[in-house]
Amino acid sequence: MDNIAGKKSGLSWAVQLSTLALVVLWVLPTFGLFVSSFRTGDQISSTGWWRALTTQEQQMSPIRIAGEEVERDGAFVIDGNLFSSGGAEISAWGTSSREPTAYEPGTTATLEDGMTLVVQPDGRFVLTSPVTTEGMRLPRVFATASTPPEFTLQNYGNVLFNPLAGQSIGQAFLNTLTVAIPSTIIPILIAAFAAYALAWMEFPGRALLVAGVVGLLVVPLQLALIPLLQLHNAIGIGKSYLGIWLAHTGFGMPLAIYLLRNYMVGLPRDIIENARVDGATEFQIFIKIILPLSFPALASFAIFQFLWTWNDLLVALVFLGTSNEQQVLTANLVNLLGSRGGDWEILATSAFVSIAVPLVVFFALQRFLVRGLLAGSVK
Amino acid sequence: MNPALQALITIAIGVGGCVLYFWLSNIVLDKVLFPARGPQAGRNINRANLIRPWLFLLPALVALGLYLAYPVFATLWLSLHREVGTTREFVGFANYSQMMGEGKFWESIRNNMLWLVVVPAAATAFGLLAAQLTDRLRWGNFAKSMIFMPMAISFVGASVIWKLIYDARPAGQDQIGILNAIYIALGGSEPQQWLQIPFWNNFFLMAVLVWIQAGFAMVILSAALRAIPEETIEAAILDGAGPFQIFFKIKVPQIMSTIVVVWTTITITVLKVFDIVLAMTNGQWETQVLANYMYDKFFRAFDVGVGSAAAMVIMLLVSPILVWNVYNARKEMR
Repeated sequence: MDNIAGKKSGLSWAVQLSTLALVVLWVLPTFGLFVSSFRTGDQISSTGWWRALTTQEQQMSPIRIAGEEVERDGAFVIDGNLFSSGGAEISAWGTSSREPTAYEPGTTATLEDGMTLVVQPDGRFVLTSPVTTEGMRLPRVFATASTPPEFTLQNYGNVLFNPLAGQSIGQAFLNTLTVAIPSTIIPILIAAFAAYALAWMEFPGRALLVAGVVGLLVVPLQLALIPLLQLHNAIGIGKSYLGIWLAHTGFGMPLAIYLLRNYMVGLPRDIIENARVDGATEFQIFIKIILPLSFPALASFAIFQFLWTWNDLLVALVFLGTSNEQQVLTANLVNLLGSRGGDWEILATSAFVSIAVPLVVFFALQRFLVRGLLAGSVK
Repeated sequence: MNPALQALITIAIGVGGCVLYFWLSNIVLDKVLFPARGPQAGRNINRANLIRPWLFLLPALVALGLYLAYPVFATLWLSLHREVGTTREFVGFANYSQMMGEGKFWESIRNNMLWLVVVPAAATAFGLLAAQLTDRLRWGNFAKSMIFMPMAISFVGASVIWKLIYDARPAGQDQIGILNAIYIALGGSEPQQWLQIPFWNNFFLMAVLVWIQAGFAMVILSAALRAIPEETIEAAILDGAGPFQIFFKIKVPQIMSTIVVVWTTITITVLKVFDIVLAMTNGQWETQVLANYMYDKFFRAFDVGVGSAAAMVIMLLVSPILVWNVYNARKEMR
């Protein structure tokens, strides 16, 4: 339809640009946090992350001259480099905080006590003094330098392996994995059997049960918290992994049954009836025909349930403790937001550790996710 | 025991137990209770087939009943009782009236209503826009992927992402929150603490959920747009309709039912929203919502009665959608 009426180019450009704007708007927030997670705490709190990507000119914190003194031609000389790593380029420098840009790089500054100092653009300096500098306070250099983008993996090392407030993100990562995997696998088989019965077996009350499942699909989780916590406490599995696995199994059941039933109903009737005529039992039909054919639906549900259990906060807060062995990533992140709200290098990195796995799952298995969404939204 | 090991054992027991249950119960049914042999073979087969569906359904029904159906009634019961010493006494609607006397409750109701109007509308609108824009684009799939991506990010992770956007530094310093940086660049005088401006901060919280949910709306609506019969659009073009007329007068009416589905699904998500508010403001600066109010009552004030009453209010708000969904599902079954 685009090439009709000769309006193609104008409108097409508008579409391309609006789409681009929308995509940028949607990606930018995540990208900002991603970039921040590779910057040091100082960098994050001094400039916006969008500046991290370009060379930027800024005044650096003062650096005190230090180094071995050598006697040369009757004068005492210290030479060295202001920067431990290369890349920065000085555009102006000074030796007092009142005049941080007093000198051009390469010019010689005369200081007190007859000392002279030269600073080169790349940070090399030569300090010359007529008397020994031993025991003297050496001057400080205030440099304005343009630094190339600089990124570090240090945050990830810190966050994963050094405990913060007694809790390491590495351990929380393992805890989350421990919660998510059984909670994903266990409901599948239970739901698959039920979905098969609801899709292909004739019995009184079937329609009522399907309607019941659809109804339970929207029951808010909030209602289940207290009664179930009381129940779990009464039978001794309150605040334990077993408790949260069971809870996630129960909460995931309506969606699992609904998704799988919708898919199974669409399987060709002939296959199932032929198998019945050939004398296969319902159990065999289910195991040998239905289950393999339903793989796409099973995968869709598994992805949903995995994302949901990995990202869940509420169920974990209620059914799982907050000890080092039990706290999950999301709960940990909420704690950090409270206690370390200003330490963006920790927050950004922890957040990225927690969303990395879902993002990988998302990009790798997007196809199944979309299919599941299309089948799962109540029509 | 190491939790990871415990997890492996649980998976083995869970999956193995399931297989074993289904397999054994079928054998018992077919071979022991109603064997398909002897003089009553025919009757036995029929009887076995009468029972079998319930064998298949039993574990799922137990899970559904125990974890979703029972709590609805238990919460109702709890909301009508209050702890007195070690027992619970029936107090009628006392919990409800206590709740209604609290300013925070009405603040939650007001905010929830705002969320209910704004988030589904905005997410659906953005989703529809994205679906239409990417429909015939060569890089449409990539664009969709990017807009869909926030779906995979947890509400808490999203809260951290957006907190960085809303961050404010004192005036005069470089702003590290992009919103304040833009605000200052456009001539704003003072950096704003976006999350602490009562009333408007609600919208900054809603932006997070809109950002997450728009991708969902886009995926569903995009499929619906593709399913529109090509002839209707061609006919409209022949009649001289412009692109906007085609979109609003031909396409949108045809996918109206899908828009309703998307809208209601997002509405349900909105009613349960909890993580975003907890992580970003914890209900301060007049941003409280029902789900977080309820959590506060349960786990900070330890007031089970009022907390349950708040949970019942959420249930009440969901129930029209519940009834509508069940009604539609029953219609489809026939």
